[in-house]
Amino acid sequence: MQRTVMDLWVGLFVMIGIGALLVLALKVGNLGTYSADQSYTLIGHFENIGGLKVRAPVKSAGVVVGRVTDIQFNTENFDAAVTMSIDSRYQFPKDTFASILTAGLIGEQYIGLAAGGDETALKNGDKIMKTNSALVLEDMIGRFLFNKASEGDGNGNDDKK
Amino acid sequence: MPRRIVVGIRGVGHRVIDSIWRLGYASRFFLLTLLKSGTSLRRFGLIIRELYFTGVLSLIIILVSGLFVGMVLGLQGYETLQKYGAESAVGTLVALSLVRELGPVVAALLFASRAGSAITAEIGLMKATEQLAAMEMMAVDPIARVVAPRFWAGVISMPFLAALFSAIGVFGGYLVAVVLIGVDEGSFWSQMQGAVDFRYDIVNGVIKTCVFGVAVTAIAVFEGYDASPTAEGVSGATTRTVVTSSLAILGLDFVLTSFMFRGMS
Repeated sequence: MQRTVMDLWVGLFVMIGIGALLVLALKVGNLGTYSADQSYTLIGHFENIGGLKVRAPVKSAGVVVGRVTDIQFNTENFDAAVTMSIDSRYQFPKDTFASILTAGLIGEQYIGLAAGGDETALKNGDKIMKTNSALVLEDMIGRFLFNKASEGDGNGNDDKK
Repeated sequence: MPRRIVVGIRGVGHRVIDSIWRLGYASRFFLLTLLKSGTSLRRFGLIIRELYFTGVLSLIIILVSGLFVGMVLGLQGYETLQKYGAESAVGTLVALSLVRELGPVVAALLFASRAGSAITAEIGLMKATEQLAAMEMMAVDPIARVVAPRFWAGVISMPFLAALFSAIGVFGGYLVAVVLIGVDEGSFWSQMQGAVDFRYDIVNGVIKTCVFGVAVTAIAVFEGYDASPTAEGVSGATTRTVVTSSLAILGLDFVLTSFMFRGMS
């Protein structure tokens, strides 16, 4: 086979190989949707993070605005300190409310940010003051049973009287 | 009776020593290939010729099998996921299984049987027809001139082939899930992009393919160089290449996976 034809084929091969890598990175992976280059970090303290994991998304109004980068147990208040990196295109007011939510019934857990009305914005390294813990199923069932039991108790007393 | 036992034990010992010697010989040969690859890297035309034979000519089998693997994944994934009402997660399933495991492993297995066996047969026949000896007579080092370019061509083409396999596989999954079955296109892509991490999934997959590429081509060139110079010897070496490199790929895959995806979400 002629040298130039071979060169052409090899060149094409390498180019579509690199193209496939790019497609994987941009279309299949998350490189195109979120870049960690320009971001700032926020810290939130949660009483209970449930099943939240590092790399879980941080969403506001359903849009991914950042990712959870670190989760530590804080021995001062015995709560969880969650560090998240937020895209610096999005600024949030000081009284933003952070809560741990679940996507769907058995989906992954993520942090939802609900913006408040404060004038000043959160800066790099700031702490989110208002947080809401994850809903733990056992707690919920326990509370529900407790409520039911006290309801039943009340009715029983009423009947006696 | 005790004599038989002694002979049996001696046989085991002989085999163990033989295989360890062979392993050492293979490692020395691998190091020698690396040391003598300077010439082929300087004369890149040699590698380009081999890239054509190992890379470009493997394209068809890689693309077709990738497409079908992706389509089967899409079909089977949909079948199971729709029971839980999570059929839009089929994109995540297809992409993650291809990028992490199936892309590198299946592409490397195909590469071993398509290109690895060809390398072994070519070098083995060169040895059987005394072309390698003739090169040595002309003061041309056969390792630098014949072995090293084939080794580097295999190492270079393997990541590209695996990336193509994964990309076309995702496309196949898209064809079946979105075009054929009618899963929502937006959630197909967005769930996939939400779940596949560049650093964690794609880069780890590429690292795997590089390791497999080195393993497969190192085994192939060694078996070819080591083949007994007969028709039977060459055919045995070709078989050994495919068997050994397939086992090496699967074993290495488990080791790499246990290091890469351990204890993370």
